[in-house]
Amino acid sequence: MSAIEIDGISQVFRSRKARVHALDDITLTVEENEFITLVGRSGCGKSTLLRIIAGLLPATRGEVRVDGARVTRPRRDVSLMFQRSALLPWRSVIGNVLLPVEILKLDPKQYRRRAEELLTVAGLEGFEDRKPRELSGGMQQRVALCRALVHEPSVLLMDEPFAALDALTREELSLELQRIWSEYRKTIVFVTHSIQEATLLADRIVVMSPRPGRIARVLDVRAPRPRSLGVTAHADELDRVSAELHELLFARELEPLGGDQPRATSIG
Amino acid sequence: MAADAVAEALEGDEAVGRRIARGGGRLILPLLAIAVLVGLWWLATIAFGWKPFLVPSPKDVWNELVRQRHLLPGHVEATVVETLEGFGLAIVIAVPVAVLIAYSRVLEASIYPALVALNAIPKIAIAPLLVIWMGFGAGPKIAMVVLICFFPIVISTATGLKATPGEFVELSRSLASSRRQEFVKFRFPAALPYVFVGLKVAITLAVIGAVVGEFVGATKGLGYVIVASGQNANTSLAFAAIVLLSLLSIALFYAIVLIERLMIPWAADEQQL
Repeated sequence: MSAIEIDGISQVFRSRKARVHALDDITLTVEENEFITLVGRSGCGKSTLLRIIAGLLPATRGEVRVDGARVTRPRRDVSLMFQRSALLPWRSVIGNVLLPVEILKLDPKQYRRRAEELLTVAGLEGFEDRKPRELSGGMQQRVALCRALVHEPSVLLMDEPFAALDALTREELSLELQRIWSEYRKTIVFVTHSIQEATLLADRIVVMSPRPGRIARVLDVRAPRPRSLGVTAHADELDRVSAELHELLFARELEPLGGDQPRATSIG
Repeated sequence: MAADAVAEALEGDEAVGRRIARGGGRLILPLLAIAVLVGLWWLATIAFGWKPFLVPSPKDVWNELVRQRHLLPGHVEATVVETLEGFGLAIVIAVPVAVLIAYSRVLEASIYPALVALNAIPKIAIAPLLVIWMGFGAGPKIAMVVLICFFPIVISTATGLKATPGEFVELSRSLASSRRQEFVKFRFPAALPYVFVGLKVAITLAVIGAVVGEFVGATKGLGYVIVASGQNANTSLAFAAIVLLSLLSIALFYAIVLIERLMIPWAADEQQL
């Protein structure tokens, strides 16, 4: 069984003045333990699609199934990570990581050990009792990643998780995510604006076009892992994919039909 | 050096101001300001030749404080107890009301305008009524404190509960929190800095409330002392009571600030004082 089945999803946002067609007939299947990146320009509905998969937003049409069951509300085996770390400032690092454990009423003892292990893997050993404000942006996102993984979800949805970080930290965290993913296999759907990030991380890259959001192309990345952006044997494959992505994202036919419409939606 | 410090702080140089604030200037600057004011007051009494029974000099007030040192502590205590009991009771009533307002549109629409209307009534106008209803004991004073503190605490707490950052709400929803969990783990702690804004406004009002209560039908408290000394034309004693009142207000205010620092140290970066 596939991990995620997205079946004919359309999303229309209505406000008093405008009617925004955010997603149009999206169909996509994500296999178990697959790493999918969703790439597209602003307004192509990437984040909206992610929220629909997460069960935070009901779709106007179509349905999403996770593990064969229709998604109608947030599931405990699906975890979400945002661009902003959303760490609670009054909790310590370990307290933040254990938040899902408390809310889902899991065994605190067992999961405390897991939380500590995750923090070690994420390079945060010794920072357990610090407060979020004492950490750098990159470290905060590592904590958020540990929090997203602590309750052993099978699916991890990531909404531009490194977009607010500087370029170097961002690359570092991408590599780290790859490493952590190889250790704790998960099905990941990762939304990004960055071609580099998309290429480095994905098994498959889903390229979306805006207004209305559609799937323009799905690209396979066949380079072996672990990948890096340095000079490696598979640099050719990564170059080829990112060149193709550039072509796709900047091609005329991917431009919105009406030219420069005012952006009616800030989502995605 | 202190004068330079004042000048620089007044220039609004934030970095310098903060450095002074950290280096004990937090204490020195306000004390300096008070000393200057007292000095001007003293100068004025001498320069204009005011009679002590009209405007006593700082020295007259000090002498009165010393003379009445056995009498005044009892009155201070009465006022403190009324203030704190009323303040505590106001918190106990106001916070649940704020929760109701924050969580229910209907209750917000119905309670809020009524609260605003209630708050618009001058509290002094109610004081005699409270005496009729509750007698001459501590009751009407405490009631006055509750009435006057209630509003700022409700408003700030309700605002805080409704201002939960969007990412916390989304996180909470994605974890399928119950309403109770969302309140306990996200909304209430996130609202605490707002709550403390209300508490800091309320505690100074609380002292005013207690004094207003004591103006009408009291036999003890600093408010009573002020009224009684007015009747005896003992201006120095009235001034002494007023000085004690402001010291009391300052002490209570900073007590709340201290509790805030201890309870929500994580919010200290976002708000000064």
